[in-house]
Amino acid sequence: MSDYNFAYLDEQTKRMIRRAILKGLAIPGYQVPFASREMPMPYGWGTGGVQLSAAVMTGDDIFKVIDQGADDTTNAVSIRRFFERTAGVATTQATREATVIQTRHRIPEAALSEDQILVYQVPIPEPLRFLEPSEVETRKMHALEDYGLMHVKLYEDISAHGAISTAYAYPVRVEGRYVMDPSPIPKFDNPKLSMAAIQLFGAGREQRIYALPPYTDVVSLDFEDHPFEASKADHPCALCGASDSYLDELIVDDAGTRMFMCSDTDYCGTRRAKGHVGTAPTPPRQEETT
Amino acid sequence: MTPDEVRPLLKVEGLSKSYGGRVGCAAVSFDLYPGEVMGIVGESGSGKSTLLNCLAGHLPPDAGAVMFDTRADGMRDTVTMSEPERRMLGRTDWAFVHQHARDGLRMNVSAGGNVGERLMAVGARHYGDIRGQAIDWLGRVEIAADRIDDRPHQFSGGMQQRLQIARNLVTGPRLVFMDEPTGGLDVSVQARLLDLMRGLVREMGLSAVIVTHDLAVVRLLAHRLMVMKDGYVVETGLTDQVLDDPQHAYTQLLVSSVLQV
Repeated sequence: MSDYNFAYLDEQTKRMIRRAILKGLAIPGYQVPFASREMPMPYGWGTGGVQLSAAVMTGDDIFKVIDQGADDTTNAVSIRRFFERTAGVATTQATREATVIQTRHRIPEAALSEDQILVYQVPIPEPLRFLEPSEVETRKMHALEDYGLMHVKLYEDISAHGAISTAYAYPVRVEGRYVMDPSPIPKFDNPKLSMAAIQLFGAGREQRIYALPPYTDVVSLDFEDHPFEASKADHPCALCGASDSYLDELIVDDAGTRMFMCSDTDYCGTRRAKGHVGTAPTPPRQEETT
Repeated sequence: MTPDEVRPLLKVEGLSKSYGGRVGCAAVSFDLYPGEVMGIVGESGSGKSTLLNCLAGHLPPDAGAVMFDTRADGMRDTVTMSEPERRMLGRTDWAFVHQHARDGLRMNVSAGGNVGERLMAVGARHYGDIRGQAIDWLGRVEIAADRIDDRPHQFSGGMQQRLQIARNLVTGPRLVFMDEPTGGLDVSVQARLLDLMRGLVREMGLSAVIVTHDLAVVRLLAHRLMVMKDGYVVETGLTDQVLDDPQHAYTQLLVSSVLQV
């Protein structure tokens, strides 16, 4: 423990990040530039999220990390161990017990409460990036609320596929002002963005922090005749039988047999512990070995 | 037509722009009335494009005023107007047709998306309506409706230019800026494009400022003509008058330089 300052980052850096967080909370959806630090992990592995977690974490916090909803994937395990070692905080896999939850590409199924903080890892914070390559121009577009281009993208989706085919990183408008990239969460999770917990978004490589205060009004962009739809695979979970959760599709044998199961492992495990069963009562082998 | 009866749509007063010590355009003043087409001719480097970009708000002029008769508040100086207001004008009452279609189009967006962008930028949120208007406008510029989902790079040069015109006119602007709209097209395509533009200008009652070095284009389209040389306006007048009886030495040179076929 004495080898590191608490939670790895030095106190000056944490103050700098906290200032960016406060600014982000004051202007919901606005991308605040910050001096992103080198972290002991490659860009793209959650350097933005880790810096946010380090800046908000106290010794009393209980920390949870999920990657695509799962607590036991490489990225989640290594970030959890990182803070166990550098901050000595308690960790958990239970969504309800955690006070700080760092996530990659999912929002937990269980509703979060006001005393929780949800930290997102963001690869590309700029929702207009693939339409307008110039950062100077996109910042101007945000400043002037010049968002016609965002709908051109959705128009192109419908004209090519008959429906809005954007399935993740689905753009939202925050409090009727900023258009925001909610990070690559499935659009199934978009309605949950208006929630009780504080949500912080960190992009380490792109050096941007943005935030949603509790109960912020977040609207997914759409057309009147092609309204937004929070879609998921049309199956119940094979393990716990839940029909209201976002599902992973797994191919379980060489014949291509498919299996659908909750992507949120804590949600699925909690349900199974309560006695809910799906069509395939035993988890597949990959899970048994972990 | 006197100024008492009809207000000018665009009133330019003493517009100047220099690049360091070099003059872009200097002390340009003119009035443009509703439904009128003004041609600006001159050789390369005479300040035509600088002037047009200053008028359209793409370049900030050093001095002068560009007064536009806005729908809401009457005459407003667009130079001192705030950037959001100017951008709003740029996608509602104004249109800008670039010489190279690829400057004015989004090449990786379908033709329908290109035409629909301005509609969506001013708040259209009904896919069916946007598509309907896009098809209507493609028809007006003689592009087949089944090309609506093709990208502009699959179009010929003339079609790209017509698509650019459709994209600009879809919101029913009152003033169109055109920078060499027929440049780089072969003559038969030029002729059809000119024919189309003449029809649209008359049908929609558009006012236009057309910059070109092609005297045949202004002869066909423009009511009035301004001749520029080294950043200054050297001669103005009715198009036929200027072309048939040029007064300034440079205009005489320009008119006599046209190849007679």
